[in-house]
Amino acid sequence: MKKNLRVKSSKFIDETYRIGFKFNGIKYYGFKGDTLASALIANDIHLVGRSFKYHRPRGIMTAGSEEPNAIIQLHNNSSRTEPNVRATEVEIYEGLEASSQNCWPSVNFDIGGINNFLSPILPAGFYYKTFMWPANFWEKYEYFIRKSAGLGKSPTEPDPDIYEHRYIHCDVLVIGAGISGIIAAKISAKKGFKTLLVDENPYLGGSTIIQNSEFFKLNNQTSGSWLEKEINEIKKIDNLEIKTRTSVAAYHGYNFLLARENLTDHLPIENRKNKTRQRLLKIRAKKVITATGAIERPLIFNNNDRPGILLSSAIKKYADLYGVSCGEKNIFLTNNDSAYEAAISLIQKGINVAAIVDNREQVDSKLLYEVEKNNTKVFKGFTVTDTFGYKRINKIQIMQLSKDGQKVVGSKINLSCDCLGISGGWTPAIHLYTQSGGKLKFREEDQVFIPKNQSLDHLSVGSCNGDMTLNEIMTNLLKDLKLFLDINDTDYENIEVLSCFNQSKRNIWLLPSDKNLGKTKPFVDYQNDATAKDIKLALREGFRSIEHVKRYTTTGMGTDQGKLGNMHALGIISETAGAKMGELGTTTFRPPYTPLTFGTIVGRNVGEFFDTFRKTPMHDWHVKNKAKFENVGQWKRAWYYPKNNESMHQTVQRESKAARDSAGILDASTLGKIDIQGTDASEFLNRVYTNAWSKLAIGKCRYGLMLNEDGMVYDDGVTTRLGENHYIMTTTTGGAATVMGKLEDYLQTEWPELDVYLTSVTDQFATASVCGPNSKKIISKIFPNLDLSDGNFPHMSFKNTKIGNISCRVMRISFTGELSFEINVQANYAKSMWEKCIEAGKEFNITPYGTETMHLLRAEKGFIIVGQDTDATMTPIDLQMDWIVSKKKYDFIGKRSLYRSDTIREDRKQLVGLLTENPKEVLEEGAQIVTDIKKLPIEMIGHVTSSYYSPNLDKSIALGVVKGGKNLIGKKLIIPMENKNINVTVADPVFLDKENKRLNA
Amino acid sequence: MFVINCPYCGEREQSEFKAGGEAHIVRPKQPTELSDDQWAEYLFMRKNIKGIQYERWNHAHGCRKWFNMVRDTSNDKIKAVYKMGEEPPTE
Repeated sequence: MKKNLRVKSSKFIDETYRIGFKFNGIKYYGFKGDTLASALIANDIHLVGRSFKYHRPRGIMTAGSEEPNAIIQLHNNSSRTEPNVRATEVEIYEGLEASSQNCWPSVNFDIGGINNFLSPILPAGFYYKTFMWPANFWEKYEYFIRKSAGLGKSPTEPDPDIYEHRYIHCDVLVIGAGISGIIAAKISAKKGFKTLLVDENPYLGGSTIIQNSEFFKLNNQTSGSWLEKEINEIKKIDNLEIKTRTSVAAYHGYNFLLARENLTDHLPIENRKNKTRQRLLKIRAKKVITATGAIERPLIFNNNDRPGILLSSAIKKYADLYGVSCGEKNIFLTNNDSAYEAAISLIQKGINVAAIVDNREQVDSKLLYEVEKNNTKVFKGFTVTDTFGYKRINKIQIMQLSKDGQKVVGSKINLSCDCLGISGGWTPAIHLYTQSGGKLKFREEDQVFIPKNQSLDHLSVGSCNGDMTLNEIMTNLLKDLKLFLDINDTDYENIEVLSCFNQSKRNIWLLPSDKNLGKTKPFVDYQNDATAKDIKLALREGFRSIEHVKRYTTTGMGTDQGKLGNMHALGIISETAGAKMGELGTTTFRPPYTPLTFGTIVGRNVGEFFDTFRKTPMHDWHVKNKAKFENVGQWKRAWYYPKNNESMHQTVQRESKAARDSAGILDASTLGKIDIQGTDASEFLNRVYTNAWSKLAIGKCRYGLMLNEDGMVYDDGVTTRLGENHYIMTTTTGGAATVMGKLEDYLQTEWPELDVYLTSVTDQFATASVCGPNSKKIISKIFPNLDLSDGNFPHMSFKNTKIGNISCRVMRISFTGELSFEINVQANYAKSMWEKCIEAGKEFNITPYGTETMHLLRAEKGFIIVGQDTDATMTPIDLQMDWIVSKKKYDFIGKRSLYRSDTIREDRKQLVGLLTENPKEVLEEGAQIVTDIKKLPIEMIGHVTSSYYSPNLDKSIALGVVKGGKNLIGKKLIIPMENKNINVTVADPVFLDKENKRLNA
Repeated sequence: MFVINCPYCGEREQSEFKAGGEAHIVRPKQPTELSDDQWAEYLFMRKNIKGIQYERWNHAHGCRKWFNMVRDTSNDKIKAVYKMGEEPPTE
């Protein structure tokens, strides 16, 4: 029969509401208001998990988000499973299933526990040192290391829950709803500031709300009941929003903060349906007040990690808030007054406190006298030198500290216990303050880092500012707040404060033991099993920077980011290295403060909402006609249209042949379209394209190449002159937005004198491109009144015409080398125009083709695709496109760069055609090109950029870039592949119809 | 994440803006007259100052206007924003 350690009723626990949950498969009960940790302790369970490296039994150590040990897996093997959840933060609900992590076969009998006995040979950096050599064994090692690495298991199924993001703007954000946060929020809101108060707990009031002691009073009431009234009042203030279960994860510049609001995690699973689980709050606050409190420090002594060893403040919280006793025979080890607060709480409730071991020799403390009055033995000037009990502490050994605190003296005393509370003082929770860029200073008296300075947009108040007693808190809070909010008075001016906390402390970072350090296990980082020994070893091995020691020993690198032990690590380093704490610095506290779920980060942007995608007006037709799509930028472009189980290759061969033999049709709507108007439009084009534009007649089209200022090809496309001062430019699909941006940049910043206006019209117009020898017949069926003769409508010209009442711009331009016509219409008519083309083309077997066929057809003609055959290192000269670079123009973007010493090198990579010795062999795009495979190392002189099997030439063709390729025409080169070497011959990049006869067919 | 005071639109989130590198680098009027070294100076050389830096920014997802900004890169404080063509503030 398990013991029931629910010893006292608490108003935070609803004992009429019993909740069943499972831990490691066994059913237990707790009450509404319990966390998993408090419910487990009530059931006398302390052993919750195994440590990371040595698999040592570990228990619940804290009662908050700083928990390093009690991290569990929720709902194992379900779609809702979540690893590394802190049992101290999980509110229990009906149906909760939790299990221990990092143990096999069970937390009680864990095979990995053998590491504990191997620990003498597993020091810091063990993995780095051991698995370094032989180097080629790494792959074998990795398999085993990976298997044993990691704590929890990640889910394998999609997350069934809903998450969302919300923006919040406020005047004042107060983080933390302890006594300081409550007062700060109330003053701020009452002075008219729109205030948001957030706290990670489900309740308000922090640690003060459970303070029910005669030793801490405000206006003659216990601080807890005083605060309770304040809380009831702030709930009524209109311009104060309060969010509980909300943890601030990140504090970025300009008071931009991210917080996670937990909405349903405390509800029974069946009540969560269709509700948002967690919300990521993106908060922009004019002013931020951090009232994040302080985290109690553990003490570092031999075997300080056993289940049943808890922070003294946690023991107090379990008793006061949850009505649970952590043990039946409690002992405290402390170096300050905090443990006495906890002890008094227990004694009040009739829970046995067997002894207090205090590092301090002489203490004049009212709290201590109170404890002694209750016949609890206080060992002054003593410390714990060892603990016993494998799965739960059952005994401690104490000895007297020497005067300097570096040794233990006298005889050993053994004390039996089932719970040891430890208190090493307090560490201000400055994590968020430093995330925001705040600098710290070190306070010698109690060995803490506190905020160095306050600013006008951020203030730290309460214990996170280093104010540890009620007196200090009240005095500094009011003084600082008045300056910060620029107000003269508050409601709290004449408050009477009683605080009996003696601030003396005997700080010893590493408590001595009677045993040699090498024979002890004083844990500094519980989660990662880093001991004081490891830290000293790192220093011996030459590590000096705190950041290096952290990484080498993994101190502070667990999911808890070392919230408990980091200060001790610093202390031990400083003592060992003889450096001053303040000068050593701290490791960097990075967001998130506590782990976030991926769901929260992603919010609603999942599945089809992961990224926006753009569809052309003809998209539905493509879908209906079984097109496969490819993503080009954000566009969904028809890739190919397979018929009757055709493969992609078969489809593309059929489409390519049809386009050249009769007629093909392509949806070209995605190309970027920029409307250019203004009296200087021609001059502007002269400056942005490499070729000349002034003489382009109205009604004519011209291909243009655009460079970056460094001379490298940036974009290309056809621009048409619609009127004297009116052009329409087309860009590549992917480059549309950046081209527009670049053109605007030059217009606004370099050439503001030019009268030019740019408007993106990509979405306003849609385009069908009809090509092939029968295209003219199809176009004449659609536009019977249009004179399509070469004289009236030559290649590279356009006509304004109509289908019925709908205006169309028909351009005779070609990207395939075939006679082609591009019909542009207002986007909302595009689908019917497309269908009209299909209808008119039926008798000519008009074949819709996608981007893949388009690529093949243009490659037959040696036309480049910017971004495929170019990669921002190719000049037009490299592309053998010298013809498009004007020699006459004084300047254009990139011109000067075309004759820099580097760009005129003869041995630059240049675009060439490649023909395989075996015409059936199709090269792989990206394959390397070499001349000599015998001489090692093999020099790579280029690579394949485009490669296809051409059905129209009935052979394999490819484009590639090769060093000095222009002068290598006819030369044989080698493309070494995994299993063979492919012989290729360098050729002209134009494979088909060099004379451009087909354009006028 | 900054809040940037666009000289045309007012305060907006940084996510609406695009950074455009160092400001006040004027494109040479006569590039052909320049030596390789002089051209390279314009083309490649940019300062990366810890402290006060003059930068170009574009309100890309807003008015699309380019403007200049003075930023202290050591603490990300924006000291001033001003329109293209305007003289940089002298402290």
